[in-house]
Amino acid sequence: MGQKRDSGLVPQPPSLCSQDDREVNAMADTRIPPTEVGAAAARIELVGLTKRFITPKGDPFTAISDVTLTVEPGQFCAIVGPTGCGKSTTLAQVSGLEQPSAGTVRVGGQLVQGVTRGVSYMFQADSLFPWKTVLQNVMTGPVLTGTPKRQATPLALDWLRRVGLSGFEDRYPHQLSGGMRKRVAMAAALINEPRILLMDEPFGALDVQTKAIMQTELLQLWEQLRPSVLFITHDLDEAVALSDRVVIMTSSPGTVKDVFDIDLPRPRGDVQDIRHEPHFQELQGRIWSSLKDEVDRAYRQTAAAA
Amino acid sequence: MTAASATLPLDRDVDLAANARRARARNRTWVWVGRVLVAVLFIGGWQLLTSIGVLDKFFYGQPSAVWNSLVSLFTVGTAFGSIWLNLGITVQEALEGFVFGTIAGVVIGILLGSNRYLSNVFSPYIKVLNSIPRIVLGSIFIVAFGLGVGPKILLAAVLVFFAVFFNAFQGVREVDQNLVANVRVLGASSFGVARHVTIPSAMTWIIASLHTAFGFAIIGALVAEVLGAQLGIGLIISQAQGQFDPDTVFACMVIMAVVTLGAEYLITLLERALLKWRPPVRSDTQQAI
Repeated sequence: MGQKRDSGLVPQPPSLCSQDDREVNAMADTRIPPTEVGAAAARIELVGLTKRFITPKGDPFTAISDVTLTVEPGQFCAIVGPTGCGKSTTLAQVSGLEQPSAGTVRVGGQLVQGVTRGVSYMFQADSLFPWKTVLQNVMTGPVLTGTPKRQATPLALDWLRRVGLSGFEDRYPHQLSGGMRKRVAMAAALINEPRILLMDEPFGALDVQTKAIMQTELLQLWEQLRPSVLFITHDLDEAVALSDRVVIMTSSPGTVKDVFDIDLPRPRGDVQDIRHEPHFQELQGRIWSSLKDEVDRAYRQTAAAA
Repeated sequence: MTAASATLPLDRDVDLAANARRARARNRTWVWVGRVLVAVLFIGGWQLLTSIGVLDKFFYGQPSAVWNSLVSLFTVGTAFGSIWLNLGITVQEALEGFVFGTIAGVVIGILLGSNRYLSNVFSPYIKVLNSIPRIVLGSIFIVAFGLGVGPKILLAAVLVFFAVFFNAFQGVREVDQNLVANVRVLGASSFGVARHVTIPSAMTWIIASLHTAFGFAIIGALVAEVLGAQLGIGLIISQAQGQFDPDTVFACMVIMAVVTLGAEYLITLLERALLKWRPPVRSDTQQAI
């Protein structure tokens, strides 16, 4: 019943991915109560994922090797690892912007070939269009999927209200603060009600206070839609505070070292407060001891190379 | 001066703002004084040196004679009809050359900029074409197409093309790949990528090139007219040169400078309208108090 009501609310052409939805929700029934899963959430399965590049010098370079990882529908999964361990490469394979050298990526049970539908991306750098107003930026998603401007405008205005930017529709990105730009990026990423949200260190460039505020707001928005999230960060506190599962990756070649389930209750509320809970600190300590070796190793490698 | 500023009640914003306004007004006045002074020195010095005979006005002209020549161009007219007719022809050639050259430069620049294969194939040819002294093309065009307006438009367009082309090409190459990835994930086709990212992003570069491109259009039209024409400012210049009349050459220069400045102003207006999303230049927003 909840499922029907949800899909009625989603302004999406029914032919787009109804097959996936049914499949995903069938799976979701056995794992997570269906009311908690957005109609569009999809499972992400990476099996033996390997990506090799040819460097500009002509040498082959293995960015990630044999990454096997599953993100359940509606799960918030963080990937943590030292610099240059292929975290961003992993995301690019899931989005379908790049093709893996070996292994498979499945989204909602379907093999990823070409750009995956129903995915939104958030980068560390501003990925707003500087030549579009705030409203036009948020509208880009629906307009690109063929929604007429007349319907996209009220939708975008509603999303701007949700991220607390009503009254800023006509500003250009350069007129906003860093935190406000992130809110616009969030609204633009979520307006299409994606099945999957890929976030590549989205709050990496923000100051500590703004970062905490944005994390709390992200969690609130995510609770409303519940897409599956792959969240890259090198901030361990951020990973533990936000996610259901933290994946530790080793450096060059990147592969999965450890997976930790975070059983902090949801909704988590204010990210600032949760850091002081004893269970948070215990989890954080356990994960850090796993991550520490990798960070040390990666640092020694780069130091030796330099 | 220092004593006065020390006694100012600096904690009052009203005074601070009023002081800043006064300082800005004073600053602007001095800039204009400087500007007028440079013009007076240059033109006055020229007039003086030619009057006392240090410079020969037979070769170098004289500001007062240039003025007389300007007046006679507009009142008496030229050997080839009224000055307005000739000016109209030259401006028409330059404008048409500007439009065609810009369109070709933008389309081909964006095409080659976004397609690596095409750009690899054509890059040596573009380099060869660009290394040709393009003024020489004017002679070829006149031999091939005669003395009408056609070859002038063509030469102006060729000059404009390269200025715009390289900027459009570079503009496309400089596109933020994050933005491209973003719209592709959102489901954009390659046409959508061009419409939402590549073209607006390259627009900054293209519009920057239009300032120089219009100058090139005027040069192209004038040079082609000097090489051979039936009407136009270039023809008046070449005839004046033949009659050892530097004053008329200078007068024509003044006329074309006014036209170019006017066009420059219009392009700046266009730039402001199209690029209003750009952050204001730092010197505009931050005034030292």
